[in-house]
Amino acid sequence: MVFILIIVAAITFAIFFLLPRLAGETAYGLATQYVGRNPTPAAVVSMEHQLGLDQPVYVQFGRFLWAIVAGEHYNGAWCGPPCLGYSFKNQQPVWPQLVSDIPVTFSLMIGAAVIWLIAGVTIGVISALKRGTIFDRFSMTIALLGVSLPIFFTGLIALELFSYKWPIFPNVQYVPFTQNPYEWAKNLVLPWLVLAFLYAALYARLTRAGMLETMNEDYIRTARAKGLPERTVILKHALRAALTPIVTIFGLDIGLLLGGAIITEYTFSLHGLGLFTIEAIDNQDFPEIMGVTLLACFFIVIANLIVDILYAVLDPRVRY
Amino acid sequence: MAPLLEVRDLRIDFPTDDGLVKAVDGVSFSLDRGRTLGIVGESGSGKSVTSLGIMGLHHGTKAQITGEIRLDGEELAHADPARVRELRGAKMAMIFQDPLSSLHPFYKVGDQIVEAYRIHHRKATGKQARQHAVDMLGRVGIPQPAVRAEDYPHQFSGGMRQRVMIAMALCNDPELLIADEPTTALDVTVQAQILDLISDLQAEFGSAVIIITHDLGVVAELADDILVMYAGRAAEYGAGTGIFGQPGHPYTWGLLASMPRLDRERQTRLVPIPGTPPSLIRVPPGCPFHPRCRYTALTGGRCPTEVPVLREAVTPGHAAACHLTVAQKAREWAALSADQVPADAGEPEARQSVPQGGAES
Amino acid sequence: MTGQIGTPQAWPAASGGTAEPGGDVLLHVTGLVRHFPVTRGLVFRQKVGAVRAVDGIDLSVSKGQTLGLVGESGCGKTTTGRLLARLDEPTSGRIVIDGHDVTHLRPGRMRPLRREIQMIFQDPYSSLNPRHTVGAIVGAPFRLQKIKPPGGIKRSVQELLELVGLNPEHYNRYPHEFSGGQRQRIGIARTLALRPKLIVADEPVSALDVSIQAQVVNLLEDLQDELGLTYVVIAHDLSVVRHISDRVAVMYLGKIVETAGRDELYAKPRHPYTVALLSAVPKPEPVTSASGERQRQERIRLEGDVPSPLRPPPACRFHTRCWKAQEICRMQEPPLAELVPGHQVACHFPENT
Repeated sequence: MVFILIIVAAITFAIFFLLPRLAGETAYGLATQYVGRNPTPAAVVSMEHQLGLDQPVYVQFGRFLWAIVAGEHYNGAWCGPPCLGYSFKNQQPVWPQLVSDIPVTFSLMIGAAVIWLIAGVTIGVISALKRGTIFDRFSMTIALLGVSLPIFFTGLIALELFSYKWPIFPNVQYVPFTQNPYEWAKNLVLPWLVLAFLYAALYARLTRAGMLETMNEDYIRTARAKGLPERTVILKHALRAALTPIVTIFGLDIGLLLGGAIITEYTFSLHGLGLFTIEAIDNQDFPEIMGVTLLACFFIVIANLIVDILYAVLDPRVRY
Repeated sequence: MAPLLEVRDLRIDFPTDDGLVKAVDGVSFSLDRGRTLGIVGESGSGKSVTSLGIMGLHHGTKAQITGEIRLDGEELAHADPARVRELRGAKMAMIFQDPLSSLHPFYKVGDQIVEAYRIHHRKATGKQARQHAVDMLGRVGIPQPAVRAEDYPHQFSGGMRQRVMIAMALCNDPELLIADEPTTALDVTVQAQILDLISDLQAEFGSAVIIITHDLGVVAELADDILVMYAGRAAEYGAGTGIFGQPGHPYTWGLLASMPRLDRERQTRLVPIPGTPPSLIRVPPGCPFHPRCRYTALTGGRCPTEVPVLREAVTPGHAAACHLTVAQKAREWAALSADQVPADAGEPEARQSVPQGGAES
Repeated sequence: MTGQIGTPQAWPAASGGTAEPGGDVLLHVTGLVRHFPVTRGLVFRQKVGAVRAVDGIDLSVSKGQTLGLVGESGCGKTTTGRLLARLDEPTSGRIVIDGHDVTHLRPGRMRPLRREIQMIFQDPYSSLNPRHTVGAIVGAPFRLQKIKPPGGIKRSVQELLELVGLNPEHYNRYPHEFSGGQRQRIGIARTLALRPKLIVADEPVSALDVSIQAQVVNLLEDLQDELGLTYVVIAHDLSVVRHISDRVAVMYLGKIVETAGRDELYAKPRHPYTVALLSAVPKPEPVTSASGERQRQERIRLEGDVPSPLRPPPACRFHTRCWKAQEICRMQEPPLAELVPGHQVACHFPENT
């Protein structure tokens, strides 16, 4: 796993430090960004040296990696591990900024995840059981909409309708959970629903397909032959088997979302990692981009690992 | 004493986009306690559909069922599904062909048996149920049953898995056990073990057994009575000794003559049944077997027009649905048994005027 | 029908080793071994063992004859079939076909050879591409081998369809429009397209209904007579094997335990496994006692299951289930010895001697 992170870091590093050079940018030019207003040549050169920009790329990369682990001195200040550099824009260390944004992203993700999982799976199961009926066709059509409509569209429509036109959720802004749980939830309901709409649609379709396949398996016939009530057959036997791939996809989706639901956060002005990313790209703030990329990558790798372990837990055939 | 199971004029139809599939088309038989009935047929004969019908496992599908199924006097075909569910797994139980796909892959074997037990014995404690499950595993011949109850189905070999299925089916001491092709997926030495097991357990538990198979050898060994099914109908029905001794239906003759047999001298050529099994949507008029039958000329044209009724065949207590007279049957069967290959058996089958069936299996 | 399909390709030069004595023998196999390695570890794979699917077998089949290969699951007969048809490469040993060593030929060299060895597969439902018409399926061998038969491919295909008892007008139909038995015939027609010398049939009838099995068995026999084919038939159904084979080899856990002429093997089986196998087959004849009551058949009951091919028992592999096993059976592997001319057995205490 560490291996993967190093590779990602190297690629990001290469993109942001080598490409500008190829485009004609120099170490001097880069250092200028760090110095702030009215850069004097002396200050720039001194910054260049301090940041190690005059060193060969691999040395810089080494310093960067070392800084993540052990911290480093920067411009007269100490940047503790993990040190992901300093933002060009506001000269602040990147890591603390990320840390302050994580709760927002996490709140958005957890609420949406719970909603989409419950809604998606339930609708999927019912659709599968009532295959071909009005319910099935209706829900699958809605699901198709959910999957096809972009989030900025549904988000803006939601805002328009539920925030401006009918002030059910006026003035959405993030309130930390620790501050006021009720306000926290109330403000997040709209973004939760918008984000969940997309994923619930996906999961409904997946669950339906998985259930249809599982319900045809021989062991379902055996379960009925034992005299089990239909509800037990559906939930304990069929759904249990159909859920295994869905749970693993769920883990991966969460991993991805932890890196920031960029469009949703942007639409609702929630300052999480997604919004952080957009702003960083807008400002061409390399250290910030680097930092958030690595963090997102970290989450995805962890999620993958957990999912692999989870699969072995859920499916005994993998274990033995 | 009244029979344990009585089936009268059972019909099971499935409406499909292509037409009405008459999977079971008027089948009647009965089974006494402690006896074994073998239902023999090929794919499309309706044998599995019949057994699923007895168990009430068509509920919720599009199947249309008419006729009577009486288990211990109680009518099941039109009973409340909740009542039938109470009996399923308790009074009547079923085991299936492929034990690997028929057992849930994610639950331990012991847990699956416990589940089957507790649904019908609600007052039993977890511990009692567990002990019973381990007992059953031991009785079906699984070594170290307490340890193996914690294993998953894929950790067993094919024969052991089928034993687990049998343990699960018998754990509630059913009066009727239906075994649908229980050994088809198994090696022949393992098959022998499983057939022995079923036979021994039947004696021990006193259950009646219906064994469904296409293998005439299996049926000869285990069955007291035999029902031969073709195209959803009964072709022949009676005591096993009678049917093997003096089979009374050309389909049965065809089955017996087309099998290479280890206990006979090697025939120089097998005598196959020409053509293919019919579509159950367009069952041939009259006798469903007539397009493939060599003896239709002997009945004066009745075969394509008149549906034959089950009536007494060559030996008493044994009925066949065929228009041939007893004398004709005796003569033709004697000729076949003497290895007198009928005149047309030498030609490649395409030359005969039989309808090329579409795929319906 | 005439059988000239283009000019026969020159055989590829034998890759080392002298050619075996040809004469009447079409297929000669010595010391055939196929192990499948079992590895552990994610990044650095270590070999922790091997599934010894085929563990040293010798076979030979004469022209125009049929060798039946029987055994239960895990005995290695399917793997052997694939090795013979060179769909897989042996770990060691030699396969010689018509005097030419084909054991380790590379795919390029192997291609012209594929005309001579063909395979019939078990499952008629999955061995035909459902998106291809019957004509395309049966005609594929011509196209793949770039052979133009006189009269065109379509004509040859139609002749083949007739040969196997199908209507040549069904050229443009798709596999799903045919029944299982007919699909198997299509597979056979495809196999015969280039007039192979050797056909390996892997369970050719076991997926078919009983009444159709006889049709296909008869067809295979007729074709053998008509076209002078040589068969290796792999099956678990002992009655079918007895009907169709000239010689029979019995496999157990990757080894051949007995091989003999058909009549000899079934009349006087000598290896205990063969005896148990034959006695396990249920006979379609009810057994009754003196009082007329139905009885179970007398048979030899083997205990337990077949051991895993990952860890076959040492010395004689059958000793764990054999009722005659003695000390020597656990210590020394019995060689395949010829007790009676044409009848070889690998056992220290053979039956029926």
